[in-house]
Amino acid sequence: MLPQVGPSELRAPEAFGVITDKTDRSRALFLEASRVFLHPRCANCHPDGNSPYQRTGWQLHDPPVQRGPEDRGIPGMECTSCHQDRNAELARVPGAPNWHVAPLSMAWVGRTPRQVCEQLKDPARNGGKTLAQIVEHNAHDELVGWGWKPGADREPAPGTQERFGAIVAAWVETGAECPSEEARP
Amino acid sequence: MSIRVRINGVEKELDVDPEMPLLWALRDVLGLTGTKYGCGQALCGACTVHLDGQTVRACVTPIRRADGHSVTTIEGLSPDGNHPLQRAWVDLGVPQCGFCQAGQLMCAAALLEKKPKPTDAEIDHSLAGNLCRCGTYTRIRAAVKKAAGMSGE
Repeated sequence: MLPQVGPSELRAPEAFGVITDKTDRSRALFLEASRVFLHPRCANCHPDGNSPYQRTGWQLHDPPVQRGPEDRGIPGMECTSCHQDRNAELARVPGAPNWHVAPLSMAWVGRTPRQVCEQLKDPARNGGKTLAQIVEHNAHDELVGWGWKPGADREPAPGTQERFGAIVAAWVETGAECPSEEARP
Repeated sequence: MSIRVRINGVEKELDVDPEMPLLWALRDVLGLTGTKYGCGQALCGACTVHLDGQTVRACVTPIRRADGHSVTTIEGLSPDGNHPLQRAWVDLGVPQCGFCQAGQLMCAAALLEKKPKPTDAEIDHSLAGNLCRCGTYTRIRAAVKKAAGMSGE
């Protein structure tokens, strides 16, 4: 009953109005948002181990970097040894402010949408954020925003950051419900 | 645009495009040719220098990032080529063609600054982004350990 969209698009939050049950609507909104969370452009740097991924097939980052104790690399191989505050057009090295990998508690690779949902709501695993702060982070953080302007020939995350932020906001407004373990977008 | 940067301890003022790669400024404007151009894409490590003590690949670092900061190149690693790493490099005859070695040394120096007694794995991980087409890796690792005062392999 939701409108069909292509893989590069996100549905508008209003489209979910066809789901009358508020809990079900919230779950569906999260599944839509999970298309962004679990897109390689976003999940590559929410790795489940010590090295981030690259490209779109969960290939380990080359050169072989380590997350290090503060998730910013190790001596000689800091994330910002190579990544600048914006994409390097000629060299193709991606860049954005505050380039780093997410802590292990925020790992998304290999997780289901429900598992990501539960992580996001848990202050012990989300960096101590309230739901309002989660919305703000997703809607406006510049490193998050890189997912939609990745430069070179990289495939961007679906939709736009503005629409993604609106979907996350609508999910919170409808109770921040998590989809079932089996549910997929 | 005027960029003020401390290069190897000396204040410099450069009138260059802020997007100019730091490597260009070092080699073409300042004549510091010890830092090498390898791949131009931050994939080989030959252009590694220190920016406020942290390694950066100078080929992809715009000079604006260094504005108001301190850059150390291989020419400034020590006043007289006497850094423990440089001595170990000579003692063990590490280089073959030598092209990558300035980058290797700057990366190793940054490692020892933070980890004075690194393990083999820490050496390998920190230097994993510095390629050597001559394959001097085992001598590089031995020299890093020698410079750290640890027994060689």
